Amino acid sequence: MAIYGTALLSLCLLAGVILGNWLGMAIGVDANVGGVGIAMLILILIAERLRKTGRIQAPTEKGILFWSAIYIPIVVAMAASQNVLAAIEGGPMGILAGALTVTICFALVPLINRLGQSDSEPEETL
Amino acid sequence: MNEAIDVLVQVLTKYSLVTAFGVIGITVWVSYFLSDKLTRGWVHGSSIAILIGLTLACIGGIKTGGSKGISDIGLFAGIGVLGGTVLRDLAIVSTAFGVRLDVFRKTGLAGILSLLIGVFVAFFVGAIVAYSFGYRDAVSITTIGGGAATFLVGPVTGSALGASSEVMALSITAGLTKSILVMSMTPFVAKYIGLNNPRSALIFGGLMGTTSGVSGGLAATDLKLVPYGAMTATFYTGIACLLGPSVIFILIRLIV
Repeated sequence: MAIYGTALLSLCLLAGVILGNWLGMAIGVDANVGGVGIAMLILILIAERLRKTGRIQAPTEKGILFWSAIYIPIVVAMAASQNVLAAIEGGPMGILAGALTVTICFALVPLINRLGQSDSEPEETL
Repeated sequence: MNEAIDVLVQVLTKYSLVTAFGVIGITVWVSYFLSDKLTRGWVHGSSIAILIGLTLACIGGIKTGGSKGISDIGLFAGIGVLGGTVLRDLAIVSTAFGVRLDVFRKTGLAGILSLLIGVFVAFFVGAIVAYSFGYRDAVSITTIGGGAATFLVGPVTGSALGASSEVMALSITAGLTKSILVMSMTPFVAKYIGLNNPRSALIFGGLMGTTSGVSGGLAATDLKLVPYGAMTATFYTGIACLLGPSVIFILIRLIV
């Protein structure tokens, strides 16, 4: 049933966010450290295990895949609820600090990509 | 007539999450239509949809003076739920379903490296801009640097160090600008920076760090890249909140 998939996904997210908050507490930061990332790792591990033992069925998968299917609409809704006006009205210094950082970080992507890559390892493409 | 409109508004407000599905669905449809007819697919539909979303957010801000974009208008409150942290995080995690673990294992080191470089670069670029605008105290400079990391890191760093509210507001502007630019510009620069495989997406997420920016930018570039970028990006804010008021503040205090 689809709800099994959605429930699995939800439990992974909750576990990840709780662990992320505990991790934040442990290092003395009042923030969730990597909660979503941890949740993704848990989901990947569980899904791999379930697939190997053949215990995950198509309807269950649909309960997870639905959420990735509406990912873009969710992102559009996220964009529509940003405080865009504050960014525009915030003054040139804030805008410059943000824009300059983005430009430099864009440029750093290919640099770091090359930096850590060994020659023996072919670049993976999707 | 007015009563009829009142009833309409009442229903749309009461069912605001359903209204949101409708409004966002129409927005996405219009975006893909424009992408196809006006740009012949050159500008991706989801990219246009995000730009329309940001425009709507701006209109909402002007109309209400609130901080949550279009969702501050009662009728569209559901958009805030649909695009809020909860459902967004659920959707991000769902994209990891079917991802192989060995990709993360192979690029783990590059991911960690990009996280650290991303945090330090953001703080120092923000700091240099703050310095060139006349700020000379380490607390304000570090706070604005934090804003260049993400719009959460700025206020967290600022309140830890005791920055003024004016400086904290500036740091939020820097963070918002960053997230909006990453959201809207990523699909246009993707091919120039080699953003077309899991490895570079992972590095991209670590360097940028803004979860909203990365999750939006990658969605408009290639949906398959989302889990990789989101994975590193979700660690960024925490690490920056840890390093900002400590190591980076001490470094900046030494320099100024």
